[in-house]
Amino acid sequence: MTHATRRQPLSTTSEWNFELIAQYDQEIARIAHEVYRLDTWPNQIEVISSEQMMDAYSSVGMPVGYNHWSFGKQFVEVENLYRRGQMGLAYEIVINSNPCIAYLMEENTMPMQALVIAHACYGHNSFFKGNYLFRTWTDASAIIDYLVFARRYIAECEERHGVEAVEQILDSCHALMNYGVDRYKRPYPISAETERLRQREREETLQKQVSELWKTFPEMQPDIKRRQPSSRYPAEPQENLLYFIEKNAPLLESWQREIVRIVRKMAQYFYPQRQTKVMNEGWATFWHYTLLHRMYDEGLVTEGFMLEFLQSHSQVVYQPPFDSPWYNGINPYALGFAMFRDIRRICEAPTDEDHRWFPDIAGSDWLTTLKFAMQSFKDESFIQQFLSPRVIRDMKLFAVLDDDTHSHLEIRAIHDDAGYHTVRQLLSEQYNLSIHEPNIQVYEAAVRGDRSLTLQHIRESRRPLARDRAQDVMRHLYRLWQFDVHLDSVEEGRVVERISVPPPEDVS
Amino acid sequence: MSFIVDRRLNGKNKSTVNRQRFMRRYREHIRDAVNDAVNQRSIRDMERGERIIIPRKDLNEPQFHHGPGGRRTVVHPGNKEFQQGDTVARPPGGGGGDGGQASNSGEGMDDFAFELDPREFLNFLFEGLALPNLVKRQLQGDKNYRVVHGGIVSEGNPSKINIVRSMRQASMRRRALSAAARRRLRDLQAEQQALLNSEQSLERQSRLQALAEQIARLERRIGGIPFLDTVDLRYNHTVRQPVPVSRAVMFCIMDVSGSMSQEMKELAKRFFLLLYLFLERNYQHTEVVFIRHHTSAKEVDEQEFFYSRETGGTIVSSALRLTADIIRERYPAESWNIYGAQASDGDNWNDDSPTCMRILRDELLPHMQYFSYVEIMPRRHQALWNTYAQLRREQPQVFAMEQIDTPGDIYPVFRELFRQRMEEH
Repeated sequence: MTHATRRQPLSTTSEWNFELIAQYDQEIARIAHEVYRLDTWPNQIEVISSEQMMDAYSSVGMPVGYNHWSFGKQFVEVENLYRRGQMGLAYEIVINSNPCIAYLMEENTMPMQALVIAHACYGHNSFFKGNYLFRTWTDASAIIDYLVFARRYIAECEERHGVEAVEQILDSCHALMNYGVDRYKRPYPISAETERLRQREREETLQKQVSELWKTFPEMQPDIKRRQPSSRYPAEPQENLLYFIEKNAPLLESWQREIVRIVRKMAQYFYPQRQTKVMNEGWATFWHYTLLHRMYDEGLVTEGFMLEFLQSHSQVVYQPPFDSPWYNGINPYALGFAMFRDIRRICEAPTDEDHRWFPDIAGSDWLTTLKFAMQSFKDESFIQQFLSPRVIRDMKLFAVLDDDTHSHLEIRAIHDDAGYHTVRQLLSEQYNLSIHEPNIQVYEAAVRGDRSLTLQHIRESRRPLARDRAQDVMRHLYRLWQFDVHLDSVEEGRVVERISVPPPEDVS
Repeated sequence: MSFIVDRRLNGKNKSTVNRQRFMRRYREHIRDAVNDAVNQRSIRDMERGERIIIPRKDLNEPQFHHGPGGRRTVVHPGNKEFQQGDTVARPPGGGGGDGGQASNSGEGMDDFAFELDPREFLNFLFEGLALPNLVKRQLQGDKNYRVVHGGIVSEGNPSKINIVRSMRQASMRRRALSAAARRRLRDLQAEQQALLNSEQSLERQSRLQALAEQIARLERRIGGIPFLDTVDLRYNHTVRQPVPVSRAVMFCIMDVSGSMSQEMKELAKRFFLLLYLFLERNYQHTEVVFIRHHTSAKEVDEQEFFYSRETGGTIVSSALRLTADIIRERYPAESWNIYGAQASDGDNWNDDSPTCMRILRDELLPHMQYFSYVEIMPRRHQALWNTYAQLRREQPQVFAMEQIDTPGDIYPVFRELFRQRMEEH
């Protein structure tokens, strides 16, 4: 790395103005691109007020969104907490789009603005552009257009069919949103223009050939063989509930199907973010830390700037211990930052232990290794691959087994030689969404019978569903399917629990 | 290359629609909370917001989640003394459970609380209420004028000269008055030009001279037309247009005889204030007349109305008569919507009640939109009630009465009195 020559600080007070932001951005961009060769989308930095930040907050950070009461609820909640001083607003929101939109709050001081620029505009931005999940699942250049399309479409539906009717469909779709993604298939990126065209066509043709379910008439021509009634429909269990509903729900109108589709697309857009929380935040934190330190080395920022920056930085990466009243799980910023820093350390100054654990990367070029890690993994595999004994020791990670057949909790592993592998394995599983979320799939739609829909929940480690909430979700599913719906919990091949809507006693 | 955009001036109320949807959805909860608030807080500070609390479980957006039970392992940070194989008692509340993504389960959180602003609060307060006999009279208010553009006129104040129109007028006049002269001038000039081009002769010379004189005369005449004349001047005209206002006057009539205690007056006051707030929301302009009475009636200001103490017997008709007089003098029924609200403990001299009824029936009710009577009396009804009950039977659209016992009754009674009546529309 070239050694920095010292220059004059860009500013000495905490006041910011637009020229200063532009200067800082220019310097940070220079360091990010030229020194560290980060690949980013162009940035669009928007300065907004705290009220606007609350707006952005409550629309899951999207610049345009359709209207729904749940966003209002979120807004009311945020506003309330903020007004009473119980919550500071996040310093930044960044949107995975091209150009990458980042919001800066006007209340922030100059060091904070610089921190946010480095964190969002170069950290998150390069992650969005580089990580394989984002590359395959989302299309940054099309998302804003798609959001506009969705908003307009839903507004039109509200005009035509009433706010109430649209809200009901949205409520039901939101309840199933986490099951509106393809986990194993690779999706096509969405583009607004083709989407609009396709939507037209769909609307026309869909209603005609709606579903398997209606094809129950005996075929008129005798020479056409009737299909085998024995085969189950769908032949394979379907993981994407919303997709299955969109294509197969017997009674939905075409606009309702389109809304199901919109929610599904949204879920898909956010799916990579849910899978890369630790990596994404860790990466962005690592880069704001690295970029701003480099600026300091070059003399572009003052000691006072660094003190303010380090103070917020250390707040962000603070990990309260498990017995602290503030403990709320593992802080993804802390874990991610620690891991990326550690990878760099392993590359630059490997110990014997590192050589044993990471023979491939110990002593390699840290920048290349770091980028490879960022591009090719998600949280689960990233932890599996890169969580080092050193980080486990530093964070004093330990694994607790909670088995409802035992009266006590058991400590399964701690940060010692015997435990590193177990801790790593278990922490990795903790970030595996398909283990964290109940495994529920469409099992059967009764084509020949009463048109009921049966879902199957495969229980892992005997973990049951939260029953009352599952019941509520099933009611939403019933609203979409409009015939009986059942949810079977299966353990070792046996159905151990069944939730039905309407409940069986009503049926008899 | 980055673009830096200042978005601070963009609208900040992007979430308004979503917020309204949220409120609509939880209308029932909010209305309950508002009703509770009305019953608890002093009516004097009705016009402020309210903190609404909705049980968290009612707001739930359900998702599939794991419930407690089964076998699971969670990794936590910050180990201090644990060794592998240690067993620990299960902490109460299933702690050590969901760990990493605890926030997802959304359980055990506080109730959901938020603030209604004063306007929203009043909206909920008066939701579903309508003014009975709401004849919005369109009036020629005597104070409210709106100055509007009234076209262009030829007379007016110099400060209102419309320069463009005046100049246009002048130009038209000049062209019109000089038209004949200019036509003649054109002919003469053409002839002059023709002569100048022809051959020299004596005749031509004299003709040219004559032409030159005529041309000079015509040009003088054209030049003599005034550039701007007083008849050209045009003025902007403004008209004072009376603004139709809907106005209401509310008569508060209260018994202050010895039998009315201060608590009863407080109850009455709350009722009056509710009515006032309600009228104020429905009319552009609302006036209040306070009339207190014992054996004789008197118009007083608000302070005296509610707080000054008097004793003595009770003659209700005195107040009604005074009301009728005031209406006659100051609030002609054709230009005011008149509301009456009477509060009393129901005490009256027995032979006075028929008089009250006569005044109400003949003099007051024909002019009034609505007259409501509340009896503040925990015990059985008094003389006045029975008389009024007859009136209610006769004119249920205009006359209403209810009994109030405790502060908690006021709002329900008020709602009952002003409940939106479907059949009226």
